[in-house]
Amino acid sequence: MSSDTTLPNTHPDNCGGCTSCDPNAVTTQRLGVKLDGYDFVVALAGNPNTGKTTVFNTLTGLKQHTGNWPGKTVARAEGAFACRGKRYKLVDLPGTYSLLSASVDEEVARDFVLFGKPDCTVVVTDATALQRNLNLAYQVMEITPKVVVCVNLMDEAKRKGITVDIPALQELLGVPVVATAARRNQGIDKLVLAVAGVIDGSIQCEPKLPPTPPKLQKVIDEILPMVKRMVPGLPSPRWVAYRLIEGDHRIRQALLSGELAGLYPVRLPVAGVVNQPVADGVSDLASEQGEVAHV
Amino acid sequence: MSEQSLTPRDYLSQIDSLRQGIDDSFRDELVGEIYTHATMVTDATVTEKDKGPAWDEKLDWLLTHPIWGWPLMIFIFAGVFWLTVAGANVPSAFLAGLLIEEGGLREWMSEYIGWAMPAGLSYSLYELLHMLMAWVHSPVWLDSLLVDGVYLCVAWVVSVMLPPMAIFFPLFTLLEDLGYLPRIAFNMDPLFKKSGAHGKQALTMAMGFGCNAAGVTACRIIDSPREKLIAIITNNFMICNGRFPTVIAIGAIIASTQLGGGAWAGTVAALTVIAVVGIGVVVMFGVNFVLSRSVLRGQSSTFTLELPPYRKPAILRIIYTSLIDRTMFVLARACVVAAPAGIAIWAVANINVADHPIGLYIMNFLEPLGWLMGLSGVILLAYIIAIPANEIVVPTVVMLILLLPGMADTSLEAGRMVEVGNDQLAQLFAAQGWNLMTCVCFLTFVLLHNPCGTTIWTIWKETNSLKWTTVATLMPVVMGITACILIAATWRLLA
Repeated sequence: MSSDTTLPNTHPDNCGGCTSCDPNAVTTQRLGVKLDGYDFVVALAGNPNTGKTTVFNTLTGLKQHTGNWPGKTVARAEGAFACRGKRYKLVDLPGTYSLLSASVDEEVARDFVLFGKPDCTVVVTDATALQRNLNLAYQVMEITPKVVVCVNLMDEAKRKGITVDIPALQELLGVPVVATAARRNQGIDKLVLAVAGVIDGSIQCEPKLPPTPPKLQKVIDEILPMVKRMVPGLPSPRWVAYRLIEGDHRIRQALLSGELAGLYPVRLPVAGVVNQPVADGVSDLASEQGEVAHV
Repeated sequence: MSEQSLTPRDYLSQIDSLRQGIDDSFRDELVGEIYTHATMVTDATVTEKDKGPAWDEKLDWLLTHPIWGWPLMIFIFAGVFWLTVAGANVPSAFLAGLLIEEGGLREWMSEYIGWAMPAGLSYSLYELLHMLMAWVHSPVWLDSLLVDGVYLCVAWVVSVMLPPMAIFFPLFTLLEDLGYLPRIAFNMDPLFKKSGAHGKQALTMAMGFGCNAAGVTACRIIDSPREKLIAIITNNFMICNGRFPTVIAIGAIIASTQLGGGAWAGTVAALTVIAVVGIGVVVMFGVNFVLSRSVLRGQSSTFTLELPPYRKPAILRIIYTSLIDRTMFVLARACVVAAPAGIAIWAVANINVADHPIGLYIMNFLEPLGWLMGLSGVILLAYIIAIPANEIVVPTVVMLILLLPGMADTSLEAGRMVEVGNDQLAQLFAAQGWNLMTCVCFLTFVLLHNPCGTTIWTIWKETNSLKWTTVATLMPVVMGITACILIAATWRLLA
């Protein structure tokens, strides 16, 4: 199987200002820090030392320092690129092993994926340590289905005699998987295409997540309807339910204040429940101030 | 109350009672599921040719070896210091010629190129500025203030600070890029843990050798606020590049007075640097220990440290980032603080009260404390006015010595910072009655004194706390004064 078939070669009808419709000749324009007027937001997540920042620099043409030690990207960096007439804002999140908000880095990354509502999240993984890296990929896929998994450091893997069956991996994960060697600028255009495809809907993501332990599943099943009632538009009620079981303070706060409901309004009106959560949130705030008694 | 009108608060309290019903084992089960699933996925997609332990695994075995890791680490760092110290001489002399010395690059040319430039052809920027001021008929005091004061101080900082930083930072970034730094952190983690600090402090400390301000900024990588504060406060015990020249100069004086100078001078200077750096590391661990058991009490937090693969460094990018992001950044900050220091230095030497420069009065005032500390009023005043940048301590000391009565008849010009050779420096020191004890106390004070102005400013910016900035500033200087007094008292008792 040639690597070209790893991605559906569908492309949008509206090609914008693109010079060519041949996906293999796609030109990515590096826009550096010219951030204004972007059409979409793309988040870049990944474990430390997966070359995430190199992917970021290759895409945006910026020269953010890539340190070879953990915790280097302390705050999130932003850059931009354009492809096929669309402008993308790229947000480089701190490298983390998980999104459980155990550290400031994890919280920054988690908050952005959940509250920043990126149109697509790229999870950069290390081809030489894929198994360990999948943990984060699964956590991101729990929050949002719009994920592209970038298997980076393919050159390093090759040197170590490691091969990754990209089509099979894509099949098992249920989201697009792209192999890259960002340092050599290999596979970056495919990555851009996959991101564009996920955003315009020409590529459908159906994440295949690890099974939930039955004990946990039982509690989640009980909590899930309540989460759906509070924020009907949420793409990841299961994950929020799980975080509530964990007692995640930030998520509780976001539910109480109506922040989450405001972020994820219902797209298709369903009689009776439209905007209910927002109203709930507001009245709840008011009652917290002790001014309006809730009926 | 209908189901529809339940508030998030109601839901959350329901959820809270539900989550009480589940025991904590679900976390392990969940992690287990993810792990099993990820293993299943990678087993099906990743194939690995068994090549036996790769070269990098063997290298890791050696570099993180519980025994061999240490000498290797010391050897690598000694190498970096040696390259920095030895390599900075020629460019420093070049910059000094270009910016400061009489006759511009003439001396440098004759010493390093072997070309004797005819006199009167070459000028340093310092001389040219004086000419310019004369040409615009500037008042003498203004000429002296701007050129001998502000310009000279900034030029001095540039010529002394730039070359070692421009060598150290690329070397440091090279170690970083190769992947060696996390291995240092790995080796040193047990020590940091025992001292109640964070293992990542090893990285910020290594950075501090280059510049304490950069080291303090690097403390952002430490998540726990408590351990971050410890790392910020103790970074000052890492002898930065700026203090190397002072340590080297005193090492050279010890060599020339105790061993008759000559061939030994270089070795003694290098050994002095290594000794002071070593003592600094020990002090850092000690202060970590005390802080983490007193005002900053708490547990060491755990963190995941991945040993990244060894990578071929991108040389051009290393040079770019270390020169632009680190060296120029630090240098620019140093210049900003050096300019006002130039005014202060100029003022103490050039403003006279009752026929004597005010510096003399201050030195006389500081003399008793200086004596107690085994130092002198001259050295203490030099430290006070050199707060902005440690690089200028030695030239300031020399300038202040020349202000003293009876010293003005030397061939050196009084009232401005001067550069002198090591032997001349040793003579000047000896003429003050300074001996080995003075040198030892001086070295102690080089290690234990307040952070430089740039670092204090950075600590303030990073902590946003007046309290901790004050602690970080005053604690080392109090330690230094105490240590010097103890050393001097013991020395005098035994002598």
